[in-house]
Amino acid sequence: MNSEPNPIDTYPHWWRLLFGRFTLESLPLHEPIVVVTFIAVAIGGLAVLGLITRYKLWGVLWRDWFTSVDHKKIGIMYMVLGLVMLLRGFADAVLMRSQQALAHGGSDGFLPPHHYDQIFTAHGVIMIFFVAMPLVTGLMNYVVPLQIGARDVAFPFLNNFSFWMTTGGVVLTMMSLFIGEFAATGWLAYPPLSNIAYSPSTGVDYYIWALQIAGIGTTLSGVNLIATIVKMRAPGMSMMKMPVFTWTSLCTNILIVASFPVLGAVLALLTLDRYVGTNFFTNDLGGNPMMYVNLIWIWGHPEVYILVLPAFGIFSEVTSTFSGKRLFGYASMVYATVVITILSYLVWLHHFFTMGSGASVNSFFGITTMIISIPTGAKIFNWLFTMYRGRIRFDLPMMWTVAFMLTFVVGGMTGVLLAVPPADFVLHNSLFLVAHFHNVIIGGVLFGLFAGIYYWWPKAFGFRLDPFWGKVSFWCWVSGFWVAFTPLYILGLMGVTRRMSSFPGHEYQPLFVIAAFGAVLVACGIAAMIVQFAVSILRREQLADLTGDPWGGRTLEWATSSPPPPYNFAFTPMVHDGDAWWDMKSRGYKRPLEGYKAIHMPKNTGAGVIISAIATVFGIAMVWYVWWLAALAFVGVIAATIIHTFNYDRDYYIPADEVARIEAERTRTLALVKA
Amino acid sequence: MSARAPVSDELHSDAVHVEVVHDHHEAGHGSRKGYITGFVLSAILTAIPFWLVMAGVFTDPRVTSLVIMAFAVAQIVVHMVYFLHMNARSEGGWTMMALIFTIVLVVIALSGSLWVMYHLNTNMMPTMSPGDMRNMP
Repeated sequence: MNSEPNPIDTYPHWWRLLFGRFTLESLPLHEPIVVVTFIAVAIGGLAVLGLITRYKLWGVLWRDWFTSVDHKKIGIMYMVLGLVMLLRGFADAVLMRSQQALAHGGSDGFLPPHHYDQIFTAHGVIMIFFVAMPLVTGLMNYVVPLQIGARDVAFPFLNNFSFWMTTGGVVLTMMSLFIGEFAATGWLAYPPLSNIAYSPSTGVDYYIWALQIAGIGTTLSGVNLIATIVKMRAPGMSMMKMPVFTWTSLCTNILIVASFPVLGAVLALLTLDRYVGTNFFTNDLGGNPMMYVNLIWIWGHPEVYILVLPAFGIFSEVTSTFSGKRLFGYASMVYATVVITILSYLVWLHHFFTMGSGASVNSFFGITTMIISIPTGAKIFNWLFTMYRGRIRFDLPMMWTVAFMLTFVVGGMTGVLLAVPPADFVLHNSLFLVAHFHNVIIGGVLFGLFAGIYYWWPKAFGFRLDPFWGKVSFWCWVSGFWVAFTPLYILGLMGVTRRMSSFPGHEYQPLFVIAAFGAVLVACGIAAMIVQFAVSILRREQLADLTGDPWGGRTLEWATSSPPPPYNFAFTPMVHDGDAWWDMKSRGYKRPLEGYKAIHMPKNTGAGVIISAIATVFGIAMVWYVWWLAALAFVGVIAATIIHTFNYDRDYYIPADEVARIEAERTRTLALVKA
Repeated sequence: MSARAPVSDELHSDAVHVEVVHDHHEAGHGSRKGYITGFVLSAILTAIPFWLVMAGVFTDPRVTSLVIMAFAVAQIVVHMVYFLHMNARSEGGWTMMALIFTIVLVVIALSGSLWVMYHLNTNMMPTMSPGDMRNMP
């Protein structure tokens, strides 16, 4: 397809053998924006590395964090990863908003179309796979074992490995910014565009291998958390006594385990098309690109619920805690979650109503889509009834919850509108759709994650987040969201399609400028959040919470200290009630002060980092057609895994004296609080 | 757990890892007889499809492929029963529940895809004429 001479042809044979299709022309030195970004990233990165070296933190990072199998530390690492990638994904969003605000009436803006295509693809991929997924997985990792009274997840090493595989995917995606290019196909890389004939460069290959490597991590962490929830609950915690967040986590992980293999398989078929010339998704020779669209949405729709169900769980915990009441309709909440889990598999075709299935298929999937709003609506009513006549405290988590309810309901309603096939024929591929899914993903998932971060931060670090900067961030975010996306709803109704890098006339410009202003407000929200983290860390003495239960919590994670000791609970709690900790408090629970025993714990290991690093090298080698390195790395992954199975030095005991010492310190702290 | 124990009793200490509450019986590891039965059955279930194709028993290849798929399903069941030792009781019923859930999803995904792709093929693939378009299902 490419008429330009391929630079690789001018390179000698040995170069191609050694470096595959990598050439010096693969470095985007001709794109000033990318070069400036690279210089900034390089300076920033070197500064961070320099500071780590200066303060001799490498040992600490390696021993206490990178190799840690503690679910709490892995959870925090997931959160850091997600928040860092939020900055990258948001930078892409700012580029798109400013480009679309400028490129009207003959102006091309500042981004060439090919670069613009990569930006919206990277924005989608990063926000879903490397922001929302790590943040969701991070919170589940941190909170679920504490909520069920366990000492770690079922497979602690696997947990570490999953995290590093996700990071491997991040490394590949970030690399594509500076070496080669990223996919320019849209975030789901539909063929035939994503096939080798139309996307011959590295972009789609980066996409494929980043998602495959991260997908392995996600699937394994799903297996891990299901096993944890099913097998490791504290005695007395029957299924219907599990906290709602644990329930939604269970359903989310079931969805992960059931749907991610479909993504892996469909990407593997696309890989075969691109690498060995099969014809699964080509236009000719019996291939059918529509099969790709069908399969990827069988994964893609459950993915939406993978993200939003844990957010629903967070809102349930926050609403009941900050209303000082038991959650209204616990059982209906659980059944709604389970129904959504099943129904999320019955609606995938609503993503391609316009592909030509005909009336009977479209009406079936339109109706199932509308049905799924019923359990979701039931949840909204449950939260409202929990708040009704409650003693509501408007702390930050509760503020985000209320903002969610107002925002998400609108997003849900536009979703039901899009579920009507005739309406979808008008609105599909328009900015109305873009506004809708940002409305549910930002208003549902991201607001939920923020509520969760504010709610559980004191548990993780022992001090609250500064409320002033939190409120600044809250108002900037919520108003910024509406200012940014309301114009997109209107533009969509006017017929503006998505993914446009320029517009011929000036008629749309005012609305795009308003949307860009919304993005500025969101940027202020993100900045305020960073300031808030910094201020809170500096003022941690004043904001300290010594009780371990700053909000008057109801579930078991609040029963232990903040941050919890490595073993979480010196004695496994006994559960008699759904709100286990509330029940213990109301019956005058006293901490046991003696009788400690040695605690059996898993040992840290570097195997996860090493295997994932080799897997990442494999991905890079495959992207650049460096076959010798790919073969070597593939053998390396298998060899390193086998070698790891011979490591029998995997556990240790925290001696009883050590447990007694930690618990005695906690007793002193608690006495200090009471005095 | 109906009668609530006094507070001091509700702490139960365990030296090792957190105890598993629900089911203490592991899934069975099977017997030599079970494995041999499974092996013989799967060998037979593999041999028959080969014979069907190589001897050309059915003239219509569609019949052959349907019969082979039926044998494949039987093969899956044999593997689950004799090699994965699944039954209604193992792991406190969790494996059965997981199996039912898996079957539901696989049936949804396969039958849904067949239905959808049949429609898309009929309506969208190159052979269709404008006249076909008007008679869409």
